[in-house]
Amino acid sequence: MLDALSYEFIQNALIAGILVSFIAGIIGSLIVANRIVFLAGGIAHAAYGGIGIAIFTGIPIFLGTSLFAIVAALFMAIVTIKQRERVDIFVGLIWAVGMAIGIILIDLTPGYNVDLMSYLFGSILAVSRDDLYYMGGLFVVVLFAVTFWYRSILAVSYDSEYASLSGINVKFFYTLILILSALTVVIAIKVVGLILVIALLTIPIYIAQNLSSSLYSMMIIAGFIASFFTTVGLWLSYSFDLTSGASIILVSAFSLMLFMIFSKNR
Amino acid sequence: MQTNRSSPVIQIENLSFTYDKDLVLENINLSVDEKDFLVIIGPNGGGKSTLIKLILGINTIQKGSITIFNYSSNKSISSIGYVPQNTNVNINFPIKVIEVVMMGHHSHKRSLFGYKKEEITHAMYILKQVGMEEFAHKKIGLLSGGQRQRVMIARALCSNPKILLLDEPTSSIDADGQKQIYELLKELHKKVTIIVISHDLSVVLEYATKVAHINKKLSFHDLGSMQKELNIKGTHICEVELLQMLGKCKC
Repeated sequence: MLDALSYEFIQNALIAGILVSFIAGIIGSLIVANRIVFLAGGIAHAAYGGIGIAIFTGIPIFLGTSLFAIVAALFMAIVTIKQRERVDIFVGLIWAVGMAIGIILIDLTPGYNVDLMSYLFGSILAVSRDDLYYMGGLFVVVLFAVTFWYRSILAVSYDSEYASLSGINVKFFYTLILILSALTVVIAIKVVGLILVIALLTIPIYIAQNLSSSLYSMMIIAGFIASFFTTVGLWLSYSFDLTSGASIILVSAFSLMLFMIFSKNR
Repeated sequence: MQTNRSSPVIQIENLSFTYDKDLVLENINLSVDEKDFLVIIGPNGGGKSTLIKLILGINTIQKGSITIFNYSSNKSISSIGYVPQNTNVNINFPIKVIEVVMMGHHSHKRSLFGYKKEEITHAMYILKQVGMEEFAHKKIGLLSGGQRQRVMIARALCSNPKILLLDEPTSSIDADGQKQIYELLKELHKKVTIIVISHDLSVVLEYATKVAHINKKLSFHDLGSMQKELNIKGTHICEVELLQMLGKCKC
């Protein structure tokens, strides 16, 4: 295993996995606390439309996907603020329509045959140096936003009605959380796939929630747990020649099972 | 309605509210005086919560007016401490009691990251008032319903309000806990005006000074005089008797 670390693509994969894990720890905590896991899943799948647009028009994939995901997040923010009880219908809508747009546009792109699987389960071993810069940049943005607005984000996530009464702009922070989720989902799609991002945004969070007594400690603990899963999953995938994304998910799911048995017996 | 020595803290005049073409509140007039302990009762769907939302400025006023300390309602939220009905929201959320209480600090006074020393001192002082100081660093999800309700009252008290407004404060609490909450409110009543929405008449009657019954329209009862007349203070009466009594009453 150690000699594998000398390959640049393995180094990049590890750095990417850990960066994504810590971003997912922070954003995933917000997603779970705000009960918008399904909504984040919808944005993740809708983002596939952005991949299609990027490939069809020839703009960089990260850029195209990010813009499309932000549009989807804004759409969902408006819908949620206006008609909270109908959210699930619109999640289903963007989920399906986004993917359909992506697939049709890729069909229409001459001579380009993209592998859908690599977006579902990611291609962590193909992470480039530029991808790492993009992820590092997002990590800084997320860290800055959450640190700067910690108390408002905490108040909105815990009890949005009360937050609004105490003078916090709930709509702004709700939209901010959705946009940050969309951006997180986008980098994770390239690296670990859009199926894995949903697992990363929920499994480590669930464990961390039971181990922490404050939101920020939950964010940090979830980051470490997710990094552990990613590293172990990568190692398994390298050693036994398995799909990396699926390995990471199964490591997470197995650990979650152990955790549940263990914490029940305690 | 009685004439007052001082001007009322809340003055509601000719208030009507329609929701989806249904008239929810019709021509409500109500004045709450300083140091009142007002209980608002009425059937589900009778408009209690709508009235509260209008007072708090969550719903916008369509017709009529609400004046709080001589300002129109949406400008004086910080003078009202609000305890919402459902305190079981987000029970698994990782948050400490003291952090919940500090959410009651009004937003422009908040520091960005972390908590100022005086905020923590103030929150601890408030927690002591509601008898919860030893729970300050516990996770909110580990508390019982009654304890959590005290924390929510502490959060409402954090901005030093002159009025405390509680929506069904004991709906999800066992009998012992209910008694404790009302004893706490009785204690707090020495300093603030209290408005409680409740459907549990028998418990409330012991503590209330005024009762307003809302079912689209509002009827008002000053309990002070009635209690003397009927000599019911402190005794438990069933709700049917009480409703009959309130129905006959012309005050």
